[in-house]
Amino acid sequence: MKNTKLDMQQDYAIDQSRRGTLKGLAGLGLGALAGGLGIGNAVAASKVTMGFLYVGPRDDYGYNQAHFEGKSAIAKQSWIKAVDQENVPETIAVQKAMESMINLDGAQVIFPTSFGYFDPHILKIAPKYPDVMFLHCGGLYDANKHPKNVGSYFGYIDEAVYISGIVAGHTSKTGKLGYIAAIPIPQVLRNINNFTMAARSVNPKITVQVVFTGGWSNPVKEAESANSLIDQGVDVLTCHVDSPKVVVETAEKRGVFSCGYHADQSKLAPKGFLTGAEWNWSKIYLDYATMIAKKQKIPNLIRGGFKEGLVKSSPYGKVVSAKAKAHADKVRAQFMKGDFVVYQGPIKDNTGREVIPKGKSYGQTDYWLETMDWLVEGVVGKTKG
Amino acid sequence: MTFAPFLIPLTALLLSLALFGVFVSLAGADALAVYHSIYRGAFGTWFSWQNTLVSAAPLMLTALCTALPARLGLIVIGGEGAVVLGGLAAALTGLALIDTNAWLALSGMALAAMLAGGLLIGLVGWLRHSRNVNETISSLLFNYISIAILSFLVIGLLRDPETLNKPSTHHIGESHMLGALGETSIHWGFAYGVIACVILWLLYKRTTFGFAVDMIGGNLRAARLSGLPVGRNIFLVCLMGGAAAGLAGMVEVAAVHGRANTSLNAGYGYEGILIAFAARHHPLAIIPMAILFGGIRAASGLMQRDHDLPDATGLVLQGMIFILLLASEAVFARLALNKGSKA
Repeated sequence: MKNTKLDMQQDYAIDQSRRGTLKGLAGLGLGALAGGLGIGNAVAASKVTMGFLYVGPRDDYGYNQAHFEGKSAIAKQSWIKAVDQENVPETIAVQKAMESMINLDGAQVIFPTSFGYFDPHILKIAPKYPDVMFLHCGGLYDANKHPKNVGSYFGYIDEAVYISGIVAGHTSKTGKLGYIAAIPIPQVLRNINNFTMAARSVNPKITVQVVFTGGWSNPVKEAESANSLIDQGVDVLTCHVDSPKVVVETAEKRGVFSCGYHADQSKLAPKGFLTGAEWNWSKIYLDYATMIAKKQKIPNLIRGGFKEGLVKSSPYGKVVSAKAKAHADKVRAQFMKGDFVVYQGPIKDNTGREVIPKGKSYGQTDYWLETMDWLVEGVVGKTKG
Repeated sequence: MTFAPFLIPLTALLLSLALFGVFVSLAGADALAVYHSIYRGAFGTWFSWQNTLVSAAPLMLTALCTALPARLGLIVIGGEGAVVLGGLAAALTGLALIDTNAWLALSGMALAAMLAGGLLIGLVGWLRHSRNVNETISSLLFNYISIAILSFLVIGLLRDPETLNKPSTHHIGESHMLGALGETSIHWGFAYGVIACVILWLLYKRTTFGFAVDMIGGNLRAARLSGLPVGRNIFLVCLMGGAAAGLAGMVEVAAVHGRANTSLNAGYGYEGILIAFAARHHPLAIIPMAILFGGIRAASGLMQRDHDLPDATGLVLQGMIFILLLASEAVFARLALNKGSKA
């Protein structure tokens, strides 16, 4: 049985690559034609050309800015040509933008950074360009299902969220923290749970109130939620939306503390900013560029947290106490060593159900954590409705 | 005089391009190089042309949603809602017909999408006629309601549990997807758009129904006095406009995503409004206008990549073209008026 399945997969792979080759040849023809007309883009052979696509604006103080900063850091290298495009919707537009980068700019590697770019868009375009690598931010790659020139990378940012939670726990006076989140999907729930468990490791009486806004970029609702949480006595706010700008600014205006997300928002709240969970994409982008320049095989799946240098914490704000810093630094050092396990039983969810029994633990890379659909004890809120 | 309808918009177009050149120069880019990028990104190669036509496809259909009722004197801006509901209905029908053949499934999806979009805008027309509800406001608000319904259903009831971090409905099946036109990468949505524009032009130009619509738009009281079924016609026209936008939603599901999710809400409906006005609500003029705006969409990426201009640059160009086209219309009307008074 097993063998048949394998054979079938191989046949499929060959068929795919043959079709890919044919289409690739057609593409070459087109390229030659364009070159002949003098409109092709001559790219110096030694340069590595990389194309980046963002779903929102480059300067959103959030998810997209984090990628833009990563791109800008590597674009300084003389042997890299990095092109990028912002506000690319998750429609056929992204397929066309990727193809345009390949055909008109000569991109050798494409970084479609939004989660929704993967299926169906990358999966549809990648087989057409077998020589181009498509590296998606989100960790969706499955060697059994997806083309060989596709890969994914993602950071365990929940580790950095855990650090924020520790600092929040030490700083809060009311014992009420607020979390403004987009939609109840596993990634988001995991961040909320990490934040809550970290804060409660400092003070077990702390509660975290969650508001789901229903969308990744919903500034009006984000501001309303922030205000209403503050009115209810919350004194540290954090969020998981594309741009934390509104939440952090509202917190500052109302005189409460805030923890950032995605990028560094300390400038937006000089008084109340504590720390934040940030991506550190410049490292991985440079690694990829080096691998391409050296013609090394690019791994299809890269994941990591503090230890691998994929995430970092924003610098501590002025108000963070020495005790909080010491505690946070200690846990971060444990993450760096790779021996800190967040999901260690017994853990109950916020309805009282035991989700992880005593003695059982789930390490950072465990797939089970990526299907999370519960909120941990201490969170005020529901995953549905 | 016969050239005037072409000459005037063309002049407006050239003027807006010149103005845009000034704008990008002020932004620090080389205007000539930017023109070259626009040309290269939108029309320079067969690859770029395909990009342009694919971008134009949904815009033709959503433009009809505004252009058709405009002949009645109604300003409907509910294309976005009709796209979203159309896509949702198409996905649901596609899933219901997943065990049948592709033809049946696709026809069912198209019909369901047109019905869903049509009924939404039909409701707008009915509210206008029998309840005197302003159609612009109601259609705008229906957009938000439609988007909320879509989000509610794909996050909850209809969610495929496999789509962990991007909630979507189940997939309609690879074999039931709408393919491309021949060897190109242009999907059938483009053909639907052109066909819809031509058919509706014929309907307006060559049938008594079209004449009746123009009469209602021209003088409502006169139309009533001549015994035209005003309410019915308003409903039917809105139904057709909504059906066109609903079909755009079906194409998004059947040709691009394979599922319904919040990506349906990508702004095609709003851009369609612009195109309808730029085309002066003429169904045939919608085709070149949609291609022009599709081309700007396609070229906007290259402008960003070659010249480090922000994404909004494409919108600025669209805006300039739009305003100058409309202004040229006013100028044209005044010229015609002056001529009339001299004679």
